[in-house]
Amino acid sequence: MASFLLRNILKFLLLLLATSVLVFVLVSISPLDPVQMNVDQAAYLTMSPEKKAQLAEYWGTNTPLWERYAHWFGDFLRGDLGTSLRFNAPVADVIALRFFNSLALMIVAWILSGVLGFALGIGAAVKRGGFVDRIIKGYCLILAATPAFWLGLVLLIIFSVTLGWFPVGFSVPIGVSSADLTPFDSLRHLILPAATLSVVGVANIALHTREKALDTRESEFFQFAEARGLSTWQAMRQHGLRNLLLPALTLQFAQVAELFGGSVLVEQVFSYPGLGSAAVTAGLGGDAALLAAIALISAALVFLGNLIANILYGVIDPRLRRGRHARAKKDRAGAEDAPS
Amino acid sequence: MLLRRPDSPSALNGLALPVLHRPRRERASNRSHTLLVFGLAALLLTTLVISGRAVNELAMLTDFTQKNLGPGLEHWFGTDWMGRDMFLRTLAGLSLSVLVGLLAASASAGIALLLGTVAALGGRKLDTAITWLIDLMLGIPHIVLLVLISFALGKGFWGVTIGVAVTHWPTLARVIRAEILQVKQAPYVEVARKLGASRLALAAKHMLPFVFPQFLVGLVLLFPHAILHEAALTFLGFGLAPEQPAIGIILSESMSYLSAGYWWLAVFPGVALVATVLLFDLAGSSLRRLIDPHTAQE
Amino acid sequence: MDTRHNTAHAAAWREHEKRAHSSSGIHHHHSHAPASQHGEGHHLLQVENLSIGFNRYEPQAGLMARKSRVDVIHALNIAVHRGELLALVGASGAGKTLLANTLLGRFEPNACVEGCIWFDGQLQSQKTLAQLRGRCISLVPQSVLALDPLMKVGRQLAGGGRRAGVRGRDSRARTEKQCSLFEHYGLGEAVAGLYPFELSGGMARRVLLCTALMDDPELIIADEPTPGLDLELAVRATGDLRAFVDRGGSVLLITHDIELALRVADRVAVFQGGTVIEETAVENFASPATLRQPFTRALWHALPEHDFAVMPGEQGPALPDEAPEYRNARDRATHAEPAPVLPVDDEEG
Repeated sequence: MASFLLRNILKFLLLLLATSVLVFVLVSISPLDPVQMNVDQAAYLTMSPEKKAQLAEYWGTNTPLWERYAHWFGDFLRGDLGTSLRFNAPVADVIALRFFNSLALMIVAWILSGVLGFALGIGAAVKRGGFVDRIIKGYCLILAATPAFWLGLVLLIIFSVTLGWFPVGFSVPIGVSSADLTPFDSLRHLILPAATLSVVGVANIALHTREKALDTRESEFFQFAEARGLSTWQAMRQHGLRNLLLPALTLQFAQVAELFGGSVLVEQVFSYPGLGSAAVTAGLGGDAALLAAIALISAALVFLGNLIANILYGVIDPRLRRGRHARAKKDRAGAEDAPS
Repeated sequence: MLLRRPDSPSALNGLALPVLHRPRRERASNRSHTLLVFGLAALLLTTLVISGRAVNELAMLTDFTQKNLGPGLEHWFGTDWMGRDMFLRTLAGLSLSVLVGLLAASASAGIALLLGTVAALGGRKLDTAITWLIDLMLGIPHIVLLVLISFALGKGFWGVTIGVAVTHWPTLARVIRAEILQVKQAPYVEVARKLGASRLALAAKHMLPFVFPQFLVGLVLLFPHAILHEAALTFLGFGLAPEQPAIGIILSESMSYLSAGYWWLAVFPGVALVATVLLFDLAGSSLRRLIDPHTAQE
Repeated sequence: MDTRHNTAHAAAWREHEKRAHSSSGIHHHHSHAPASQHGEGHHLLQVENLSIGFNRYEPQAGLMARKSRVDVIHALNIAVHRGELLALVGASGAGKTLLANTLLGRFEPNACVEGCIWFDGQLQSQKTLAQLRGRCISLVPQSVLALDPLMKVGRQLAGGGRRAGVRGRDSRARTEKQCSLFEHYGLGEAVAGLYPFELSGGMARRVLLCTALMDDPELIIADEPTPGLDLELAVRATGDLRAFVDRGGSVLLITHDIELALRVADRVAVFQGGTVIEETAVENFASPATLRQPFTRALWHALPEHDFAVMPGEQGPALPDEAPEYRNARDRATHAEPAPVLPVDDEEG
């Protein structure tokens, strides 16, 4: 177990390192020059000379690529992520502010889509081939073909423009500083984006759970449970769920990449002040330091999700958890194992 | 084979056997039906692309006497703030998006085939390296990676095409790698190897034909992803230039007119995009049902 | 289903069952063993003219082909009496498990099943068969794979079964029953707290038997309960089933091993080509003269303790391709080699 953990964590760190190289190279080779694109931005004009030098050193072309990377990554590890030209603040501050907005959005969507998707998948599998199954399957296929940003637009049209229940974009109304925002306001701003994001996430987890549940229905232990007189629902409740929860949870953790990708689009549609919309602003405005930092954080989130998914397997499944002690226990029980 | 049953009750003989269970009535899901579905989907998509290219000029036509009209008989999808017909714009935009998607997905599938084959046949080190690369690619959210690549290439057509091509291969590469590893163990490949066939000849003659159905299905199923991601990237402003009538541009522009209540600017192009993606899904899954040995009996 | 039709059937059957079944001669296309009893004048289980077919594509058919029906089981007849152990012997993959599932009222979605199944004198439908399973008919599966890998076996036995979902007294009663069954079969208390993967081979078999006994069945269907055991161990492992029969229960033992069948069963039904070609008392295997079918006689000759010579006239087309076990039995005899035995740890304690 310990070596299993260690191996996974090592892999996690290695992948993160490689990602940082990839991200830095991609941002550096861009013909979009951060300085050129932002000469007239307040941030650049008011920047201290040494910050300007740092900017030129990171993203300029005077020094070799690997040297610039080493500097940038070294500073990164020390917590200096550079200065955001678009937001006129240290990148670390911009991210800290927006990270929790994005996290709230993603966690709500993660839980909603997970629970709903799991329930739909199980329902479809129990009613295999029937009317309910076809409806759920069709619904998921359509959802999988629906771009998150368009769904966001439609929800905006219905609930904000037509019904007027929610604000049209802009998390903070003009003229109100974000400090005056009540938690209720934040919640109101969270509902539509979170709903959009979870509706999009449902399809994957539901279809996956349905497949797994159909496999489970074919498995010997499920067939035997039915042969012992349990109905399909009873067998699913007693033996299906505990076997299906783990794969679903694993998938849900492994899906963090999709979730983050979706949040970029959804935040853009709803002008939600999270990491995703910041990444778009950074990318469009040539804010190299911010873009690189957000990309790296998104990758860290995804790897963390995968890491948790991997570890979950080890913790929950008794075959892995008790595997090591199984031998000894069997021997002990075997002593009482005499023929009748 | 049938035994005579000397003392079975004569009363039973005249009666048909009771039926204990009947198969669920088959919904015409036989192969000819699947073939028909595939053909229809392909035909519709071809029509869409060709007609979209044909009306490209018309779609740009502005008519300020006809601006901001809701959907009606004359303009099915309504008109925009410059009096352009939204149906034509949608058609032109979809065909452009589909073409970009096709190009990017094909390139991506090519990368997948190459890397998958190399990983399976190139020895342990290459395999580890490519598997690791796959993990790396899957580790960064698609959209973020697309933004990064598009940023690196200075946005525009090539940014989005190369971005989509470079990001979509890992899943298919995994499938191809697994399939080749499996066929590598097959006796007929073993025999060919013993007979002295070279590695390259083995791969070309005995393995690639085996993975071809999977490849083809994988390619077709890549299309919808590529189209959706192109649209998303363009929507964010990293993809095709605003002068081009791409579907992402149309939807992105519609956002400015939402508060004005011009809902048709967003709804209809989006529905058309979803329908197009669904058609590609349908074509891909029916193709799989037809040629993938794992599901051929269904 | 056509109820009038069923009523006609039932009436005809009652007429038939009034006849004396005392003669040990052939009736219902089978012969009797001393243990076979016709309690209340009928068989415990009677299957008549059962066919199971599937619609599928021909392997070599082109893209435009239509599905055609393939019968896996055809015009099958079999009867289990009270207080006997009937062995159904046939090649692996020939449809024996399909038959077992059918008797439990469990059908493949795309299967077409026709025929009469009578249990305790009543004609059964899909619905009534489903009600019988886990109540009057219980299954003993092949291996621990039939148990939920994530649930401790004790809870699995007490919690599962027909009365699942009931709380309180009933569930406590089931737990007590599970404990007493475990005690009776020499399974220590610790066994209830084990996960299926932690069970040894012998323990697993008795746990699986206990799952069936939890529901006080009249008939136990045991589907290949001794996989991978050699003959002597397999005979010992079926001892618990024998004990159940001796207490008045009935067992349908499904196996591919004719030698095992002859050692432990009262009667043997030979399953070949999708049907039961001969259903006869074990005693009739004493000599080929008392066996009625050429295939069964060929089987007799192939047994190791007999001449194990292949009879040219009888073997011919009768020994089918899809019966590798029979050929194995023959080969085993000819080469005087023991059958391969899978390693099974601490067999039978």
